[in-house]
Amino acid sequence: MIEAAELRKTYRGGVRALDGLSFEVAAGRIFGLLGPNGAGKSTAVRILTTLSRADSGEARVAGLDVVRDAEQVRRSIGVVGQKPGLDPDATGRENLSMQAELYGLLGEQRRRVTELLERLGLADASDRLAKTYSGGMQRRLDIALGLVHRPKVLFLDEPTTGLDPEARAELWREIERLAEDHEMTILLTTHYLEEADRLASRLVIVDCGRLVAEGSPDELKRELHGDTVQVELVASSNGDAVAAARRLAGVSQVALEGRMLRARAVDGAATIPSLITALEQDGLSVASATVARPSLDDVYLRYAGRSFEQADTEVDYETKEAAA
Amino acid sequence: MTVMRHTWQVALRYIRALLRQPAWIGISLVQPIIWLLLFGALFKRTADIPGFTGGSYIEFLVPGLVVMLAISTAGWVGMGFIEDINRGTMDRLLVSPIWRGALNLGSVAQSVLSIVVQSLVVIALSLAVGAHIHNGVAGVAVLIGVAGLLGAVFASLSNGVAVLTRQRETLIGIVTMFTLPLTFLSSALMQQSLLPGWIRWVAKFNPVNWAAEAGRSAAGANADWTLIATRGGFLVLLLIASAAFATRAFRTYQRSI
Repeated sequence: MIEAAELRKTYRGGVRALDGLSFEVAAGRIFGLLGPNGAGKSTAVRILTTLSRADSGEARVAGLDVVRDAEQVRRSIGVVGQKPGLDPDATGRENLSMQAELYGLLGEQRRRVTELLERLGLADASDRLAKTYSGGMQRRLDIALGLVHRPKVLFLDEPTTGLDPEARAELWREIERLAEDHEMTILLTTHYLEEADRLASRLVIVDCGRLVAEGSPDELKRELHGDTVQVELVASSNGDAVAAARRLAGVSQVALEGRMLRARAVDGAATIPSLITALEQDGLSVASATVARPSLDDVYLRYAGRSFEQADTEVDYETKEAAA
Repeated sequence: MTVMRHTWQVALRYIRALLRQPAWIGISLVQPIIWLLLFGALFKRTADIPGFTGGSYIEFLVPGLVVMLAISTAGWVGMGFIEDINRGTMDRLLVSPIWRGALNLGSVAQSVLSIVVQSLVVIALSLAVGAHIHNGVAGVAVLIGVAGLLGAVFASLSNGVAVLTRQRETLIGIVTMFTLPLTFLSSALMQQSLLPGWIRWVAKFNPVNWAAEAGRSAAGANADWTLIATRGGFLVLLLIASAAFATRAFRTYQRSI
């Protein structure tokens, strides 16, 4: 349903947002594009939705070229951008009616608008100005705007960013319902690992405008054999924690970030005591230790070579872009 | 069909938003009244200058003031685009199959509507204080028509600049820099024959002057329909160019994001 091939884009000011990104999305599923802030996810969405253009590379959506057949692509897709697309000075119903007009839904437009308002739980608020809506309601109105013309492909760019946990959980359920009810392909970008894990049946992990891993969340996690062992060291400790951990059998991918030592272990629970002993022999005191089944965070660490959180705070093209 | 429908949808959206701001409505109705009374009082003695042929100054002033109001109202229209872009509303519209020209023309239509209402207020008030407008409805219609055309030109330019710069401060700076000088470099506030020679020369190329000349002629005793037609024609051509500029500006914007 979506094919991206070797997409490259460099913004004025030299920020390289996409560096040869390629991926394919099969029809009828939720596909996740996961990456930290500035990984190039939004740029990819802007190119795929005809909003922006790549410097090079090709992309097809619903079998149509996003540059040559931009007009038809626009009719086939629904887009829920990262920034709210709704008009805050219009009511929910007015927002949807205008959108229906723009997509040429003649005749059935009133029925469709009412149907969407009900579906997304906005019926009671339909005649209130959108600016009086809560964050979650505004997001749902944005989604309704993207659904007006029954698109074949729906793009959701960071749909739950800025929502409180309750509204986020509610939106997740809504997105899952969308994927069930319709013959619709959903491309979801997110920088929340748990969101990709929960919603996406397949996903690609992007970092610095490149694809670093691809597969289903389970496949990706399975590739990491064993558990994650995480040990927090006491601040005053000195010594080479990485070297100490590497001496142990069954321990791999050792990384130290600040006072947090992370490693992969075939049997996490059994490794902890020996790891603590090894660290203490080298003069390192342990404040706490945890074992976890592999998460997407670990997948990210493995492929991108740094933890997700670190990448998220390190690179922020959004601000660079604004400054340029 | 699509062209009209999309333009109307965009216009409707902006008009509705404005009607929901009572303060804005109040200010834009009071502003023309204040201008008319202040300018009328300040320059009243202009009528005593030898060579002034316009009757009372207020009567002379009305067409000029209508034109001046048109550009000052239209100049700010681009602020709406900047807000739409910053918010994400514009991106949503740009990924829809909307006819691109409708984005500018819809916003221009809203601005022209404001200009028409403001002009009617000025004209009604001037009639109330004893000014005389010649040629009846035709005179009023042409005057408002050229003011609307000029407003549409400036609104398009404002939208184009807004899309290209996306900075409120830049737009404010540009509008403030151009509005008054363009008014002063025209016969809007002063009879053409009393302008200094160089201003009269510059005014030939100033669209504000084209509108002021045509509007004043239409509302005057001896309407010069050839002059009105040529000045109106210039304004139409300029409108086509400026609307094309505003619409093309989106391409530049989309390439930059």
